[in-house]
Amino acid sequence: MSQTVTLTLDLKGLSCPLPIAKTAQAMRTVQSGELVEALATDPGSVPDFTAWCETTGNELVEHTADDGVFRFVIRKV
Amino acid sequence: MPARVVVLGGGVGGTLVANLLDKSLGHDARVTVVDPTGMHDYQPGYLYVALGEASGHWLSRDERTLLRRGVDLAIEEAVRIHPDAQTVQLRSGASIEWDYLVLATGARLMHEAIPGLAEGSFGFYSLPDAERLREELRRFTGGRLLVGVAGIPYKCPPAPVEFTMMVEEYLRKKDIRDRSEVTLLSPLNRAFTIESASTLIKPIMDERGIELATFFNVEEVDASAHTVTSLEGEKRDYDLLVLVPPHKGQQVVIDSDLGDAGGWLPADKFTLQVAEHEQIFALGDATNLPISKSGSTAHFEAPVIASRIASRIRGTAPTEQYGGRVMCFLETGNGKATALRFDYEHPPVPPQPNRGWHMAKWIFNRAYWETVPQGRLPEHAPGTMPKEVAR
Repeated sequence: MSQTVTLTLDLKGLSCPLPIAKTAQAMRTVQSGELVEALATDPGSVPDFTAWCETTGNELVEHTADDGVFRFVIRKV
Repeated sequence: MPARVVVLGGGVGGTLVANLLDKSLGHDARVTVVDPTGMHDYQPGYLYVALGEASGHWLSRDERTLLRRGVDLAIEEAVRIHPDAQTVQLRSGASIEWDYLVLATGARLMHEAIPGLAEGSFGFYSLPDAERLREELRRFTGGRLLVGVAGIPYKCPPAPVEFTMMVEEYLRKKDIRDRSEVTLLSPLNRAFTIESASTLIKPIMDERGIELATFFNVEEVDASAHTVTSLEGEKRDYDLLVLVPPHKGQQVVIDSDLGDAGGWLPADKFTLQVAEHEQIFALGDATNLPISKSGSTAHFEAPVIASRIASRIRGTAPTEQYGGRVMCFLETGNGKATALRFDYEHPPVPPQPNRGWHMAKWIFNRAYWETVPQGRLPEHAPGTMPKEVAR
């Protein structure tokens, strides 16, 4: 079942820990079960997003890398 | 007619750009620094004030005494920048014209951006805050002490870690450590944004019994219940809460439509020129560059801007570029410190904390007034040029 992304966060060019802080803030604005897409260029965001989802219980539905841009899709718990 | 250069902000970056331009161009440029207070603050000292290790009097000096005689100082608040007319409007109603404009406007502390922060927490990011915290620490008889960051980006990224390490030592010396819990609230899953520094710091925290609370991005403070809540949904009780307030760019930047949503100036990471404005440059805390907001950053950026403007005034091609160089000391308590030296291409490789770096920080704190604003600190002095970054 495909689900549309509720909110896309453009975090390109931002360096750690801004992508995580901005995502944490944005997650408060969506409903449980909704999807948030985050686009980042900081390579450190890959382990950060993975660990953040693990800790907070939000589900990392998808994560891809394309031409230096990391894309994370997170489902709010 | 000499070229008119206006510098907004008399902090480390603005003062150094103005002095370097006056030195290299002499009568070919008329350099004016515009600053709302006319006082120059040495902010790294606030940490020591909060811990009762220094008094505030050596942390502030009259900006006039730090500027070369050829540089004009206007103690005025800039309220609007007009890039097309090449003027800056001042609060007094007067207007000042420029051929080149340097924005060294720094960052503002936004205590009010987090509900309950002003009432429920203490800080050390301004002199009044540091003095208030010093008094509170004197009264503190033990309990849960939490240290954290209430907004990103913020100035001097190592400062919360330094404070945590040093306050733990403070409590031991005061003989109330056994009655206290010390916790660092981190926005990430590690003690510090830079991985290598985290790896160095974590074992020291463990050894000292300092707890690390991970992924704790502060959302609000309840001053009466003595609790702090994170965006991740965690709630923690405290007896003494020390938070770095959120930061924002200056109102004049926002009102002039030059900044991003946070009021930070979009500057080219190498030339420091403000996007779409050939005659405007920005440095230090005021930019949106993905690099530490710190005096050290402004210190290394200033010569680049001064050189590029001087070249343009002389009619030659500017060649100097900023490589992202930053150098920070990181106090780890017990009279020891380490150093973080890095640039855009080279992450830091901090040495094991030792007494040498702690002493180096003290010497730097003392020598600041006579060296940095005047551009007297040798570019490649021992210790400032990291081996791993040497080219």
